[in-house]
Amino acid sequence: MPRGGPRAVMAAALLSGALFGFGLALSTMVRPESVREFLLLKDFGLLLVMGGAAGVTGVAYFVLPRLLSGPILGHRFETHPSHFEARTFIGAALFGVGWGLAGVCPGPAVAGLGAGDWPLLASVVGILLGAWIQGRFFGRHHA
Amino acid sequence: MTIAALFPSGWQQYLSGGVCIGLGVGLLFALTGLIGGVSTMYTAALSLVAGHPFFQHEKFVATRHWRLMYGLGLILGAAVFTLLRGRGAGFVTGVPVWRLFVGGVVAGFGARLSGGCTSGHGICGIGSLQKPSILAVLVFLTTAILTAHAARALGGH
Repeated sequence: MPRGGPRAVMAAALLSGALFGFGLALSTMVRPESVREFLLLKDFGLLLVMGGAAGVTGVAYFVLPRLLSGPILGHRFETHPSHFEARTFIGAALFGVGWGLAGVCPGPAVAGLGAGDWPLLASVVGILLGAWIQGRFFGRHHA
Repeated sequence: MTIAALFPSGWQQYLSGGVCIGLGVGLLFALTGLIGGVSTMYTAALSLVAGHPFFQHEKFVATRHWRLMYGLGLILGAAVFTLLRGRGAGFVTGVPVWRLFVGGVVAGFGARLSGGCTSGHGICGIGSLQKPSILAVLVFLTTAILTAHAARALGGH
């Protein structure tokens, strides 16, 4: 845990999540219908959302570790490597099928609830069930 | 093809929304050094109730509190936007509940098998130029586009 103490870290996570959720609502990505418009190749906005978000994130991931010795609340800058292995791509292919069917992914399913779109609760419960099946029967940790 | 044809509803809200999402992920990193993918939150939440050893791994148990706060933030941020936008900004999807649920199960399973979703691979993975994530994004964009077209052809909306 960063040295700011659990409370400071919790506040940081809440504030960061709120910016993320605000952006999802502003970009209309909390609406399955907007995602559908992209997937049917009628509106390419989703690529601007993902590109804009990845661009800003990329600058932060590149610049901050060169500028600061560690995060502002202490501890260290973490990395989360992805792996060239079958499950990364089989999982991604399945993820796309589910995303194409529902029109929501894990972030917007939760954020959409804040926008009052209560049927998305069905997706949240579904994602939890899918995550449970994965962990219970196919779970494996990287060393 | 013109820019307007690619973005019939305009492009500003997409770019500004995307930048806002990036600022959230960037702020989390600046303050705590943590990587803000969302799909891990679901497995971390399950660690509260699922006793199977996979769920009781430190990477879920030790991170579930900040991940759940991050998820609470997602809800609050979208709620603040909706309240600021005012009357009529609320939106209830017309996608049938069975599709929301079944799609959720498949997407949840796939994201956790893959080790990331649109945020973990799409934003954090691309943001850190990880080749497996970039390829994973191309894979899920392809299957999602195919699925949406198939669903429409089969009479869905």
